[in-house]
Amino acid sequence: MIRETKLDQEIQATRIVEDANEKIWQRIKFGAIVLMVAALIIAPQFAGNYLIYVLSLWAIITISAQGLNLTMGFAGKVSLAQGAFMGIGAYTSVLLVKNGWANYWIAMLIAAVFCMMIGALIGFPALRVKGHYLAFVTLAFNELVILVLRNEEQWTGGPLGILNIERPSMFGYSLFQPVRFYYFCLLMLGIVTLAVWYMIHSPWGRAFKALRDNPNRAESVGLSTTTYTLLAFAIGSGLAGIAGAMLAPLVEFIDPSSFDLNKSLEFLLMVMVGGRGTMAGPFIGAFFAKVLPELLRFANEYYLIVFAVFVMVVILFFPTGIVGIGSYLKDRFFSGKEKESG
Amino acid sequence: MAIFVQLLVAGIATGAVYALVASGFALLWQTSGTINFAQGEFVMVSGFIILAVMSFFAIGVVLAFVITIPIVVFIFGFLFKRVLVQPLIKHGDFPLVIATIGLAILVKEGTKIIWGGNALSFPEVIDDRILRFAGVRMSLADLVTIGIAAVIIIAFQWFLNYTFLGRSMEATAQNPDVARILGINVDRMILYTFLINATLVTVGALLITPSYFAKFSNGEALGLLAFMAAIIGGFNQVRGALIGGFLIGILENLGAFYISSEYRTAFPLVLFILVILFKPEGLFGRREERTI
Repeated sequence: MIRETKLDQEIQATRIVEDANEKIWQRIKFGAIVLMVAALIIAPQFAGNYLIYVLSLWAIITISAQGLNLTMGFAGKVSLAQGAFMGIGAYTSVLLVKNGWANYWIAMLIAAVFCMMIGALIGFPALRVKGHYLAFVTLAFNELVILVLRNEEQWTGGPLGILNIERPSMFGYSLFQPVRFYYFCLLMLGIVTLAVWYMIHSPWGRAFKALRDNPNRAESVGLSTTTYTLLAFAIGSGLAGIAGAMLAPLVEFIDPSSFDLNKSLEFLLMVMVGGRGTMAGPFIGAFFAKVLPELLRFANEYYLIVFAVFVMVVILFFPTGIVGIGSYLKDRFFSGKEKESG
Repeated sequence: MAIFVQLLVAGIATGAVYALVASGFALLWQTSGTINFAQGEFVMVSGFIILAVMSFFAIGVVLAFVITIPIVVFIFGFLFKRVLVQPLIKHGDFPLVIATIGLAILVKEGTKIIWGGNALSFPEVIDDRILRFAGVRMSLADLVTIGIAAVIIIAFQWFLNYTFLGRSMEATAQNPDVARILGINVDRMILYTFLINATLVTVGALLITPSYFAKFSNGEALGLLAFMAAIIGGFNQVRGALIGGFLIGILENLGAFYISSEYRTAFPLVLFILVILFKPEGLFGRREERTI
């Protein structure tokens, strides 16, 4: 006969408390998400055109950052060409529409597939070797893309870029008005987020995580590192392509410097600061990189400096990003550990 | 043929600067695993500091350079190591990469705010003249650059290979764990490599700023070239980074003249990608064992 010791009882009690706390935490998270979505939907009632523009930009940047998060946070490989892939997506879709070869929606699809294919093409050789080689290859690739965009003027308009890009219409509604375009961006953000969420919670996504956390073991149970990482990278690049195809009509203008290495580094910082490998990370990162500077207009000239220092401080104290602060607070207030010591 | 030699000399001159900056970069990487994305910005801002010292003391460029060395060594050697690298290194190399990217932005934007966005001219170490030599025209400044770089490189190699301190550093670079077992104060050696790197960066600034001018955005391209040089040559050998630097300088100059000047910067990039794909340990590097 097994007699329950006092220790067992205590463990069980703690477990019940922990479960309850976990439930509360889940509810807080869910509530926060609902509030956020509601706030984003009613935002145009209160915000001027400029803020709507900034929020549209935020949505687009978040889509691209989610792509990088997939490569980096879930598959554990650093890509430094997210800017270039956005550029490829933007230029591809704009050129297709401008030359009358496709309508906007087909062009966006082609841009996404094209980015995925290029991603697979440069990722495949780079992923055969261990270490940061994908990062290095993508870094060089980003520079090469910018060189081509600058020099092939008959196609890309050279350093001056392409002006007067038209906004598309959707189901017969013109998206020319800022508010309509904003809702289009929100819709796309929602679709992409759900797709990403589904992907990382599918067996497929678990394979990604296994590969990130322990590649050797994952391989020993029969997962192919290269295939999965390559897929993550290709999909991440495809999302950048979609974001690029959305950015062009938002800004109504594209040029090479909008997609240079600095932009790719910025994406890297966003994902890291937000918290890589988490769903919320890219949203938070993009908020700090794109929305906050607009809210803090006084610091415009100094914002990059403030952001740089902010990045360094976050990384110094919370190497897992801002989401790490969240889970720190969760551990502090919502777990049994505190109860014992208190 | 004369043109070829001319281009070769000019290529070696720019390559020499890349080699200096790249070897500092490789040294940091090997000893401490710091992939320093701010290396180019260090060179850029050192150029500005030299200019500031010149105007502050109203002295010549060489003397200003000598005064600048301890300043840069303190800020971008000692403080960089203590404040940013030391606390982060235990979290692996990745957060450190992010932090150095942040530092690069900070230095670049800071320079823009302090000294403005325009390019400032920077004096040559020696007044430039064109020398003619059997039909080959060469710039005196290029030759001086090659001379200075050669002296530094030889001294540096001698230090690494023939002094006790240098060999301890080399050992730390090759294998920090074994070095520690052998009784080498690894942390101290790592600090020294940061100080040496800062010195190399200042020399690089002295040699390259006259031709590229002092501009806040110049660090980007230079940092990238140093990075590529280190990998092309083989980043687990300081020698590799040196050779990689020269190779890139020569390739850029020859490619710009014979193939396409618009795609001047593409040649090192393509070589870089090819090396990574077909010889990832670098042209002169050792192959690393896969760790389980």
